[in-house]
Amino acid sequence: MIPALLALSILTFAASAPVLAMLRRNPRAASRLGPATAVAGCIPGIVAAILTLAGAGPASATASWSVPSGGLSIGMDALSALFAIPVLIVSALAAIYSRGYLRHAESEGRSTAPFWAWYDLLAGGMLLVTVARNALLFLLGWEVMALASFLLVMFDAHDPRVRRAGWIYLVATHIGTACILGLFAILGHAGSLEFDRLALPAAFPAGIAFVLAFVGFGTKAGFVPLHVWLPEAHPAAPSGVSAVMSGVMIKTGIYGLLRFLMILGTPPAWWGWVLLAAGVTSGVVGVLSALAQHDLKRLLAYHSVENIGIIAIGLGLGLLGISLGIPAMAFLGFAGGLLHVVNHAVFKSLLFMGAGSVLERTGTRDIDHLGGLSKRMPATSLCFMTGSMAICGLPPFNGFLSELLIYLAAFAGLSATAARVPAGSTAGLLATGGLALIGGLALACFTKAFGTVFLGEPRTPHAAGAREVDASMRTPMIILAAACLCIGLAGPAAAPVIGPVVDSVLAGFGCTVSTGTAHDALGALSAASVASAAILLLAASVFAARSAILRNRRTSTAPTWGCGFASPAPSMQYTASSFADPIVGLFGAIVRRRRRFEEPAGLFPASTEFSTDTPDVYQEKLYKPVFSAFERAFSGFRVIQHGRLNLYVLYIAAALFALLLWKL
Amino acid sequence: MTIHGLLSIIAGLLLAPLLQGIVNRTKAVFAGRRGAPLLQQYRDIARLLRKGAVFSGTTTWIFRLAPSITLACVLVALVVLAPAPVEQGWGFAGDALLLAYALGLARFLTVAAALDTGSSFEGMGASREVFYSALAEPALLVGIAVLARVSGGTSLASILQGAGVAGWVSAGTALALVGVSFFVVLLAENSRVPFDDPNTHLELTMVHEVMVLDSSGPDFALVTYGASLKLWVFSVLFASLAVSPLGLSGFALLGALTAAVLFTGVIVGTVESTMARSSLARAPLLLAGACALSILAFILASRFLS
Amino acid sequence: MTAMLDTVLVALILSNFVLLGSSRLSSCIRTAALQGIMAGLLPLATAGAGLSLRIVALGLAVVALKGFVFPHLLNRALRESATSREVQPFVGYTPSLLAGLLALAASFWLDGRLALPTHSASSILVPVSFSLMFTGIFLLVARRTAVNQVLGYIVLENGIYAFSLAVVRDIPFLVELGVLMDMFVAVFVMGIAIYRINSEFDHIDSDRLSTLKG
Repeated sequence: MIPALLALSILTFAASAPVLAMLRRNPRAASRLGPATAVAGCIPGIVAAILTLAGAGPASATASWSVPSGGLSIGMDALSALFAIPVLIVSALAAIYSRGYLRHAESEGRSTAPFWAWYDLLAGGMLLVTVARNALLFLLGWEVMALASFLLVMFDAHDPRVRRAGWIYLVATHIGTACILGLFAILGHAGSLEFDRLALPAAFPAGIAFVLAFVGFGTKAGFVPLHVWLPEAHPAAPSGVSAVMSGVMIKTGIYGLLRFLMILGTPPAWWGWVLLAAGVTSGVVGVLSALAQHDLKRLLAYHSVENIGIIAIGLGLGLLGISLGIPAMAFLGFAGGLLHVVNHAVFKSLLFMGAGSVLERTGTRDIDHLGGLSKRMPATSLCFMTGSMAICGLPPFNGFLSELLIYLAAFAGLSATAARVPAGSTAGLLATGGLALIGGLALACFTKAFGTVFLGEPRTPHAAGAREVDASMRTPMIILAAACLCIGLAGPAAAPVIGPVVDSVLAGFGCTVSTGTAHDALGALSAASVASAAILLLAASVFAARSAILRNRRTSTAPTWGCGFASPAPSMQYTASSFADPIVGLFGAIVRRRRRFEEPAGLFPASTEFSTDTPDVYQEKLYKPVFSAFERAFSGFRVIQHGRLNLYVLYIAAALFALLLWKL
Repeated sequence: MTIHGLLSIIAGLLLAPLLQGIVNRTKAVFAGRRGAPLLQQYRDIARLLRKGAVFSGTTTWIFRLAPSITLACVLVALVVLAPAPVEQGWGFAGDALLLAYALGLARFLTVAAALDTGSSFEGMGASREVFYSALAEPALLVGIAVLARVSGGTSLASILQGAGVAGWVSAGTALALVGVSFFVVLLAENSRVPFDDPNTHLELTMVHEVMVLDSSGPDFALVTYGASLKLWVFSVLFASLAVSPLGLSGFALLGALTAAVLFTGVIVGTVESTMARSSLARAPLLLAGACALSILAFILASRFLS
Repeated sequence: MTAMLDTVLVALILSNFVLLGSSRLSSCIRTAALQGIMAGLLPLATAGAGLSLRIVALGLAVVALKGFVFPHLLNRALRESATSREVQPFVGYTPSLLAGLLALAASFWLDGRLALPTHSASSILVPVSFSLMFTGIFLLVARRTAVNQVLGYIVLENGIYAFSLAVVRDIPFLVELGVLMDMFVAVFVMGIAIYRINSEFDHIDSDRLSTLKG
């Protein structure tokens, strides 16, 4: 039943892609059929995942595949289902959103048929990655996903910056794939690539396999310093695609890491430390880099790095809990990390859709050119505000629950009376301090983004002339915003869903946790939701009382108090760059901001310019030198690259002859 | 809930504006003035509640809604924290995070309301508010982690009650350092000297006061009351640590705690009278110092307990 | 007794933080003097029941030298050289503080790894001495003015002194005296050097000594 539903889902995506690609001449049909097939493809998969989580248990099916050591094995267990649900729901909602978003491109006479073809392939590829039970099939899904998303990023390829972003993405993703290939080559030494047959060769150092998995999947997930493609590619893609890529596609990296770590067996402590350190580093570097940006979508992309960091902190605590023998820390760490996977999918796709709506209506992504949009785009504004509060981990929204669980994992490491291991408390301290710093900085970043874009007065005519987006773009955002609140208030319901998933992961690592500890720990979720509801109720009653008082009073409207200044102008408002300046200045060692400033000259300076930009430190200092060195080294090969076809044929013939001679 | 827990909440609700009065009176005594009456803040709030309101034309519903939600968040923080030192089994595992993040929500909305007015001064205040609190957050939570390490508990009640006499005997220096760190966080979070001078009426120099420049009438009453409650909440955190070595219980503990909270007001007033507001460049160093104290306390606590 | 000793040791760490975070040379000198006095009092606290006249005398000598003589010399050098009263760090104050924290964590970790014979009076004496040494080295490296480098050297010496207290139960008087002589000579030389530098170049910025090379 469940494998059939999954196959139906994947086949729908696979079959509709070529059909859509053929509709290039008929854009109207493509723009209707595209979202329809994407949504239709998602539905059976969602049903299958929900059935699995509702207690149907793991299921799998295998069909033969004529590829050496390949097999069409798909299956779904709790872990797959937990990743498949956000993947499919976000894909469906982003498809509906993209229908409205692409209208602009259509009005310019560009065909959206290829977009929808790649989009279906992307969704199908992501689903295949989460349900594949054969390494070759997994790789197929992985590559389809990578290539489809690359082509989607290149949708606006007439812009040279987009082309550059696309190439960086393509290179990065294939460095990751190379590592994963290496990992599979090691694990599949016995000949079969079925997941349940994969195993490390005897006496092979597991550490090498771990490093391959960490780099391979970490590149997709975006751990610092493997993140450099992320702030390039996500802003360049059309916003619906950014929502999918940032919201769910990078999570396949987390899924892959977790899935293959379980195959590698009981983790030694240093794996946990690596993951925890990567998490804290990614979180802090991500949020600080985000603070320094004034491109809204680039800011959000850096926040994906930050949130992947939070997830990695949870998983790192989980692994450490297993290897140090602190079961509560293991359980809570995995629970928090996995719940954050779902939560981040919800609010990050919401935020990218919000940013896309702003971009669509104002034509700019520069935060400092916006302002005052909450009056002009009220629904988008409310949704973006919800997403901002959720991503800061504030109650009553969903982000709070997952961060609470990770903090509880850290506290379990601190105060486990049975196992007062120093390592556990050090890990707890690192996670607590890191999460607290990340939380405070995230709040700074999102008050900056939300406040500058949506509040105050419009800073440019683009912002002043903005209108609300249409229903096809609004509805997905409203659904996601409602989901942020509902998950936040559904703490009691979250426990039975997340509990079995974590149990299955722990069982995969050969560790069992008594249900007692688990239930105690997840009880905190219920209490947190009650407290969240209390905040909402109290706020509503205070507001009602205050409104009742004001009803009989005289209220009037006046201009904002300008501290005596006679003619304030919108351009005098505090900008996002100024807002973030103290923090960015303090952490100058981590984020390098470049200033360009023309000193005003003369007694009556006519005009002057000031601008800042913050390039990625890792890209500038780590990758650029390395890749330039490669470029220099390989530039010698240009001699044989001259564009004469007849000589190329000679090369081929020569190579074939050489092979023949070698084999003889 | 026992009578002690209930009384601790009621004390907070009723006495919070008095705490502000004590701070101001202390400052007046140091300056050789007679000063405003101790109950001045109650009068201010009552007066504001009787007034109408003026709203800036730039503002939206966020500006009107923010003071109510902010107050609700601080109220929830009070209910979570105030009974924790006196009531056994209060709260839940990780309620310290609820405390921190509910105050975070309050901060988000205060900042959003400030930015909603489009005023550059309020933007400046908002920027400093998020700057200071981003650094205060690790100091606070690592401090709580130290208490959790010493007491072995996970809820605020078990943390604050567990770090009693035994905790002071085994890891007294660590707890004292956490106390200092909490006090610095109190000063930063409540915009007191040396982080901010609530007395100056020059908009450029302020943090919290400048963010609420455009609030008026009942909304401003909510803001003022919320600020008093927030000071109370942080004072309870500091004071409960300060009275924990006495090993009291029941009404004696409740009385000592309340007295200690009010005395915290005297300390804050003394600090404010004897110190100058530090420059903007020095303030983060102070908060980094508070973080350093918390981490030092953690290292010491780990060593003393093992 | 243990509680008091621990308090002194924690105060030593705190004085490290103050040294790393303060921007005025005069307050750095004052803090270093205070640290010297606390270090001098350490043998009185660690000795416990075996308190003898010799220990008291040595402690008092250290207090007098580090708490009063050295600061006086340094203050005079500072006054006479008429240079900036600011620290002028290579590494900013907040990063310095962070480095101090890392050094502290490293000291505790190192103490756990080395498994040295711990002193019965306090379990944190050895790590605190490590952290003093690390902070001293950091100050030597990361500060620009010669006065601050002297201070870094004094902090380093305080660390060595505390370490010798922890590891060698019976204070080897000669070693102590040797160390103190070292110190004295060092400060003496530095004082002269500062004075010379001042009379020749009008500043005590050792960074600019590099411009002397050909």
